[in-house]
Amino acid sequence: MSETLYELRGITKKYDKRSVLRVDELDIERGEILALVGPSGAGKSTLLRLLNFLETPSSGSIRFHGEIFDAARQPSLDIRRRVTTVFQRPVLLRRSVRANVAYGLRLRGERDADARIDETLAQVGLAEMAHQPARTLSGGEAQRVALARAMILRPDALLLDEPSANLDPYNVGLIESIASDLNQEQGTTIVLVTHNIFQARRLAHRVALLLEGRIIEVADVERFFTAPSDPRTRAFTRGEMIY
Amino acid sequence: MIVSRDPQLTEIVLLSLQVSGIALLFSTLIGVPLGALMGLSRFAGRRFAIVLLYTGMGFPPVVVGLFVYLMLSRSGPLGSLHAAWIPALFTPGAMVLAQIIIAVPLVAGFTMAAVMGVDRNLRQQVESLGATSWQSAMAAITEARAGVIVAIIAGFGGIISEVGAVMMVGGNIEGKTRVLTTAIVLETRKGEFDLAIALGVILLSLTFLSNVVMLRLQGGTIDD
Repeated sequence: MSETLYELRGITKKYDKRSVLRVDELDIERGEILALVGPSGAGKSTLLRLLNFLETPSSGSIRFHGEIFDAARQPSLDIRRRVTTVFQRPVLLRRSVRANVAYGLRLRGERDADARIDETLAQVGLAEMAHQPARTLSGGEAQRVALARAMILRPDALLLDEPSANLDPYNVGLIESIASDLNQEQGTTIVLVTHNIFQARRLAHRVALLLEGRIIEVADVERFFTAPSDPRTRAFTRGEMIY
Repeated sequence: MIVSRDPQLTEIVLLSLQVSGIALLFSTLIGVPLGALMGLSRFAGRRFAIVLLYTGMGFPPVVVGLFVYLMLSRSGPLGSLHAAWIPALFTPGAMVLAQIIIAVPLVAGFTMAAVMGVDRNLRQQVESLGATSWQSAMAAITEARAGVIVAIIAGFGGIISEVGAVMMVGGNIEGKTRVLTTAIVLETRKGEFDLAIALGVILLSLTFLSNVVMLRLQGGTIDD
């Protein structure tokens, strides 16, 4: 279980000349749920984009699947397809719910996955809406389609960027339990960005606090909330964060 | 005359559809990828390219006709090559070429606007799902399909109705390069207003019917 999936070393990310992220060292273990918490603009989403290889680091390297990637070495399509992200605001295609869920498989040239699609739709509670146009769904339903579309790919790492922000408690609960099942039953590694420290506490095995692009502290969930080593972590978990 | 199904008239109608249809096919094959590229990518000189494209959307057909005429004439840069793939002046091939030049900017310009209207986060989303840059561009075009079809309709409208270019490079030769628009000009000049009006009605009906077909292609996207 303690095999590492990602090893980040000396990562920086700059837009123009503004530095937005500086991670000296971060390991993500295979099969864990790691929550990234911190105020807006702390670099959490930037870190996720780097983990999904949607952007390249300005410097430093990411070791993933035994290969090292940096500004000069980009992962192959096959490697990139081992990771996917569910974004805060789901962008669904103007197609049916079912076609949206099948989309990632179709990109990979898999066309005979009807049973798997049905199964995944049922897992997120959308079996009855399979043939509805995706654009007609409510926010929570749309987010569940986005989650189904990602999990059907059986990624090694599933990145969740504020997956349940602005959703009602029912959908928040549903999304959390789907993520948790996925982690326990399939061993999917999950990196969860959230504003909601209670959500981090409910789901994560480890939690990392980011402030101004730097990782302040990474600790097991219990320690992070009960006995953090950094005073800023304590201030953040108590809702006293000033920044 | 419409009722008697004059063979000459049939010929004119078929040639109109053939010339503009082939020109539209090529314009779509060139214009849609070009518009998508200009809408989706960021490159040096893009703004200037967009201004050129917008200018192209307003090209007066008669000026395009003049340009193609000069290019294809015996002493022109293309005409003097005598290559098999270069159409000769006063042939349907020359008319197709002129109409492609008119329609490409229209198709590309409207396609560009349509793909630029697609949610900017779509690309990030589909790439995160494992799309190659080609698949991601296809996703943007598919999302913008209603707009892309409008682009094709605009291209068709621009060339089926134009008279300046086909007159200039085709020459309105009876049985060879006469199309509906040039026939209308000729019949009006001759004072044959009944015939001119009949031809006009046929032209309008053809345009209407082609748009019905296109609208069917747009399918459900109109309603959602």
